[in-house]
Amino acid sequence: MTFIQLAIFTAANLIAGMLTRTRLRVWILMTASLVLIYWLQPASPVRHLDFWLPTATLGLVLVVYGITRPVPRRFERSDLPAALTVAITVSLIAGMRYLSPICCLTPTPPPVFVQVLVGLLIWAALVALAYFTAGRKAASAAAAVLIVLAFLFLKNETLGAWASAVLRSFTGQNTALAKPGDLAWLGYSYVAFRLLHVILDYRAGRLGQEFALDEFITYAIFFPAYAAGPIDRVQRFSADLRRAERLDPPRFTDGMTRLLVGVFKKFALADTLALMALSPLNAGQLQSSGWAWVVVYAYALRIYFDFAGYTDIAIGLGLLAGVRLPENFNRPYRQPNLTVFWNNWHITLTQWFRGYFFNPLTRSLRSSKRKVSVPVIIFVTQLATMGLIGLWHGISWNFLAWGLWHGLGLFVHNRWREWAGPRLALETRPAAVQKALTFFGWALTFNFVALGWLWFALPAPEQSVSVFKLLFGF
Amino acid sequence: MKYIRNVTLKAFAILVVLDLLFAAVPLDALGRVSAYNHIFPGRWRLPWSEAPAKAYSLSLNNLEAMFASHEVSAPPAPDEFRVFILGDSSVWGFLLPKEDTLAARINAANWTTPDGRRVRAYNLGYPTISLTKDLLLLDEALRFAPDLVVWFVTLDSFPADKQLFTPLVQRNPEPVRRLIETHALNLDPSDPAFVAPSLWQTTLVGQRRAVADLFRLQLYGVLWSATGVDQDIPATYTPLTVDYEADTSYYGYTPETFTVQTLAFDVLAAGVEQAGDAPVLIVNEPIFISDGQNSELRYNLLYPRWAYDAYRRMLTDTAAEEGWSLLDLWDAVPPEKFTNTAIHYNVTGVMDVVNLIEPVVIEISR
Repeated sequence: MTFIQLAIFTAANLIAGMLTRTRLRVWILMTASLVLIYWLQPASPVRHLDFWLPTATLGLVLVVYGITRPVPRRFERSDLPAALTVAITVSLIAGMRYLSPICCLTPTPPPVFVQVLVGLLIWAALVALAYFTAGRKAASAAAAVLIVLAFLFLKNETLGAWASAVLRSFTGQNTALAKPGDLAWLGYSYVAFRLLHVILDYRAGRLGQEFALDEFITYAIFFPAYAAGPIDRVQRFSADLRRAERLDPPRFTDGMTRLLVGVFKKFALADTLALMALSPLNAGQLQSSGWAWVVVYAYALRIYFDFAGYTDIAIGLGLLAGVRLPENFNRPYRQPNLTVFWNNWHITLTQWFRGYFFNPLTRSLRSSKRKVSVPVIIFVTQLATMGLIGLWHGISWNFLAWGLWHGLGLFVHNRWREWAGPRLALETRPAAVQKALTFFGWALTFNFVALGWLWFALPAPEQSVSVFKLLFGF
Repeated sequence: MKYIRNVTLKAFAILVVLDLLFAAVPLDALGRVSAYNHIFPGRWRLPWSEAPAKAYSLSLNNLEAMFASHEVSAPPAPDEFRVFILGDSSVWGFLLPKEDTLAARINAANWTTPDGRRVRAYNLGYPTISLTKDLLLLDEALRFAPDLVVWFVTLDSFPADKQLFTPLVQRNPEPVRRLIETHALNLDPSDPAFVAPSLWQTTLVGQRRAVADLFRLQLYGVLWSATGVDQDIPATYTPLTVDYEADTSYYGYTPETFTVQTLAFDVLAAGVEQAGDAPVLIVNEPIFISDGQNSELRYNLLYPRWAYDAYRRMLTDTAAEEGWSLLDLWDAVPPEKFTNTAIHYNVTGVMDVVNLIEPVVIEISR
């Protein structure tokens, strides 16, 4: 994200925030989001992919909207302007290919008109199919599987390279040059989480009220949160959209403050720390244990300020537009134990996994016919959940190791709390002892998390092991 | 709206005032503030890099910052015989890890002077070729009290009309002008090559890149300390060419027009004078001598034979006239030890040079 992009985002949100007419505000936010997901999409070596990927995002959003319509299904006339806006916007973006002075919004020129037309027809057919299959469990299950499958291709290097080769064969490009990084689908992870949440809530009957098409599209691709979250719930998001509150000075101050704090965290702190943080390049060059600790701590702080900075920017922009996005971080590095850390780190992601994976898995194990002991249930659910969270970052051994590191840590902390709580009765100890223990807990937690980043930051686990050895003088 | 307008106007006013206040602070003063030699160990060579993110170093033009980050700024040991080595990228150690540069190899050899002092060499080479650039660095380095200056020169550092081409010289007009005036150098103090910043360029916004470079130099201190890396050395490089066109031109000079006046011997003399009590050993640095196609016309890609031979004669004669200590090592390194250019050689070449200058340095230290 550049400063120019940020200025444009701010202006768009300010304009939207100053409007009291809800429909117009939603329309502006939707249209801005439509345009910006094409603008933000990075270039790809696969021809025209930087046009097709945002287009596929929109297609997926519309398909999920169609599938999750209430039954009996019907096309709301009020959705027509939104549908037309999407079609016209995409066509205009594609048509910029023929307007050489202003070409193009996408990093490379979009495909020729015929290809776009064919693509949009296939897209329209899928959306129509989705509308007609609304209410069928198989349709929503198929959509969920499709979303997860796409995710696998994006996050696994082998599958990604294979998919790139297939796409290159379609475009007549050299398939030998296919690389996993060719499929840089900006924002897909977060859009996927939002759509899966909608599908799962729909299947569980928890979706609640109906959503207009423009609200739904805005929810799924809301540009401040498009690339780096947070992951909101559609029910809460649409309630904000429907609230007709004009931007007032307190909200302006809150929004701008949050935005500037985010800019400072990201561009001043995180980018500065990046100059001294652990990386695959310097991991093999580290010579002394003491400086290696500094480099590891720098990485821990850098990743926090980078991510929290983006979140602050998203929340600040959202506030200007009248949408209060959920918090993602709440002083995670100041927490006294690992469980509380995970309640305050990437909050919306952990809540998502807690709601849609951890809790159902725990319920399933507890209610299984074979009696499973509580420690075993905790062990399995913690490791499975954290393993999945690790794999969400990338399907590779290092991310799995990072997830399992935290899963084990959470399990050990849970068991320790169960064992030590009644025996040590810490709350009855003198205040000084409690303070010392709190400090010890904080130091242990921070170092555990910082060391966990070794798995995350370095693609080869053996490289992480060698840095571990250096840190501890082995 | 009024509230928003007031906040915006006040923020803008504060920014303008801060920006103008910053213009009153010379950036050189800021360059002296350094964590090197305090928190981080001093760098073994002056900061320079074409790939900062991989080298944990960067090129900047703030002499104060460059020297403050160098180990030469640290307090000397009491028994130290301080040898400052000046020169171009061959002295700096292009394609060489910091442990394999001339200065580092001299230090590793543990020389001692006849009176028992440890010879401690400091790498003050910098990867551009210009005697004026060397003079500028020498001028800055003298406050660190050298006992001996070893100045590696080559023909390409001499042409008078190339003296101001180096960005380091162009971006430091004041000290260069002072040197021109002090030594009556045959250089134009109002040469348009000198960069004269406007008022806008002296403000915080105008100098944001230079300020950011100062910060980045400090921040790279962490990875410099942690890794000891200060140069991105590629695994492979394009070796130097050994075959040449039948071309004998040298910057438009002919044997008739190529005279002592066309070379900046006055700058060399200024350096010797500027060094004051510290003796100066001038070393004509080794060059690659090709035996490939048209090698009877050219020694290498840089030098046609006639020009280089004439230069060597002029250097020898001038040194004799002026009473300078001169060591001519032009053919001291065998061709197979050169790497990517006619003046860059590998560590075995470095050792050849180290062995040849040892007796001279020890002799001068008496």
